[in-house]
Amino acid sequence: MPDEPKQRTHKGQFVRAVPRHGATLRLTIDRDTVEAVEGDSLLAVLLLNGRVVRHLEFGGAPRAGFCLMGACQDCWVSLGDGDRVRACTTLAANEMVVWTDPQKAHADA
Amino acid sequence: MPNVVIVGGGPAGIRAASILVEAGLKPVLVNETRQVGGQGYRAPAKSLAVDINALMGSEAGKYQRLHSLFASLQERIDYRSGTLVWGVHEKVLHTLCDGTAGTIPYDALILATGATDRIMPLPGWTLPGVFTLGGAQVILKDQGCLIGNRIVFLGSSPLLFLAALQYHKSGASIAAVVDTTPLSAKRAAMRDLAASPRTLARGIVYRASLHMAGVPIIDGATPRGIDGEGHVEGVRITDGRGRERLIPCDAVAYGYGLKPETQLAELAGARFRFDPIFRLWLPETDADGRAGADLYLAGDGAAIGGADAAEASGALAAHALLTDMGRAQPEAELARLRREVERLRQFQRGLARAFAWPVAQSATLSDETVACRCEAVTVGEIRSAVHAPLGPREVNRVKAITRCGMGRCQGRFCGPALQEIVAGACVVPIAEVGRLRMQAPVKPIPLHAAAEMEP
Ligand SMILES: Cc1cc2nc3c(=O)[nH]c(=O)nc-3n(C[C@H](O)[C@H](O)[C@H](O)COP(=O)(O)OP(=O)(O)OC[C@H]3O[C@@H](n4cnc5c(N)ncnc54)[C@H](O)[C@@H]3O)c2cc1C
Ligand code: FES
Repeated sequence: MPDEPKQRTHKGQFVRAVPRHGATLRLTIDRDTVEAVEGDSLLAVLLLNGRVVRHLEFGGAPRAGFCLMGACQDCWVSLGDGDRVRACTTLAANEMVVWTDPQKAHADA
Repeated sequence: MPNVVIVGGGPAGIRAASILVEAGLKPVLVNETRQVGGQGYRAPAKSLAVDINALMGSEAGKYQRLHSLFASLQERIDYRSGTLVWGVHEKVLHTLCDGTAGTIPYDALILATGATDRIMPLPGWTLPGVFTLGGAQVILKDQGCLIGNRIVFLGSSPLLFLAALQYHKSGASIAAVVDTTPLSAKRAAMRDLAASPRTLARGIVYRASLHMAGVPIIDGATPRGIDGEGHVEGVRITDGRGRERLIPCDAVAYGYGLKPETQLAELAGARFRFDPIFRLWLPETDADGRAGADLYLAGDGAAIGGADAAEASGALAAHALLTDMGRAQPEAELARLRREVERLRQFQRGLARAFAWPVAQSATLSDETVACRCEAVTVGEIRSAVHAPLGPREVNRVKAITRCGMGRCQGRFCGPALQEIVAGACVVPIAEVGRLRMQAPVKPIPLHAAAEMEP
């Protein structure tokens, strides 16, 4: 399985077509620091910076969300405090720590 | 004052609220999304510099009217944004807002929950970079993002052309629009489509604009699969003339029209009937949206009809509710609204033919194709379950054995295909394999919230 941080040095899946005005946020995604703008969803931040959101619990296939509207549940990630959230309906916040792989979150703790 | 609750802040829910406010009530309006307007008419966040008029095109006027209507209501309703209704039990709604559980009791309930994309599995459809067609539109309005650099719009839906045009206007590079329904089927549907000449004309304009912009449009194609190592690299199709083609791209917007979100209606006691044109189980209502005692359904959540039908049916549901409270309603207005809804739903029946659900595709899916993306259940696993000695022939039993439909999306995305695959494997009409049943919570919620539902 490819290492997440390495993939994230490639350009992201999403392309920002419309600028967003707001405070700059700094988040940590699997140990990488990424910038976002207040109002960005966590999924947008993940996919502006990478192409994979998580690996499926059943078999490990890479996933990057699907419905983008809170219906498919294919975008769940772990936060630093251990909470699991749906990335497409969660707003990014400053100093948020995000783990795309719950195992890595455990290994780090 | 009776406690009236509306679920859904789209055109149907907003219009229903306005009729109730005019009658002197103060309804509760619960909406899952933070931004109001529903799926198609969702307001972009203030911080996003989206040119919403350009994006809405010919619908910009309607968009503005709906949002000024909502603005005029906001003080006169109890609006709960960012609040999910995840259960209904004995006339109480169970909600979740920012991780906090709550309840809302009601005397009468209007459900205007809208729709989600209807999906047919395809080899490679779970690859990163494949998104629903509706999702591709939502992410543009909600986040100002495009789903990729070079995009294929694939499936069959009037929204295919609308979405592609919105993406084109937003500066996206569109590799192709691939519509799986042949043009001959579109011509055959013309009679029903003539029920709404304006909408029909709009669809033709979208298509012509894309064509003029040099976007390749491919009709009557059969999708073979989405290729890529770890993410989307191309779409393989057989085009209408039988040629195999690979269209390179880094993102796919995929969908076959819309499917009503009926989970809450089911929990609230609605009955269902099989609709042979949509090939879906739809809630039973009367012409005004009555679906049971103190239960009313409106908009795409009752039957796919588009935004205009959603507004009209929202108004009808509110009038029906007021009538049932013993308040006389303007008969001429009711008759006009009924005609409007009937005409627009007739048009949708035409659309369902012109942009067909690919029944044949389900029969040709390879056994390795993933049917359930939540738990990676394959088409082959479903077929072998059915073909086993004394194997089940009813979808809920197939679900129990294979877990297809049991995952976190509650069968929203695999459900329609599961019905087709089971019917195909049993060689029976699709209505005979039954309907997938739903349970609360309609979307996953934290355990502590579920615990609070226990009496
Ligand atoms: C993804 C998508 C994109 C579309 N894009 C366009 C477009 O660009 N142009 C166009 O003309 N038409 C578009 N349409 C079609 C058009 O928007 C719909 O026909 C119209 O919005 C239907 O209105 P409605 O009020 O029935 O439902 P919707 O507008 O879908 O509103 C339903 C609302 O209910 C809320 N809801 C659902 N379930 C719950 C729950 N359990 N708890 C709380 N709230 C809930 C949803 O969050 C949503 O806000 C689109 C449809 C979809 C699904
Ligand atoms: S992408 Fe479907 S729920 Fe988030």
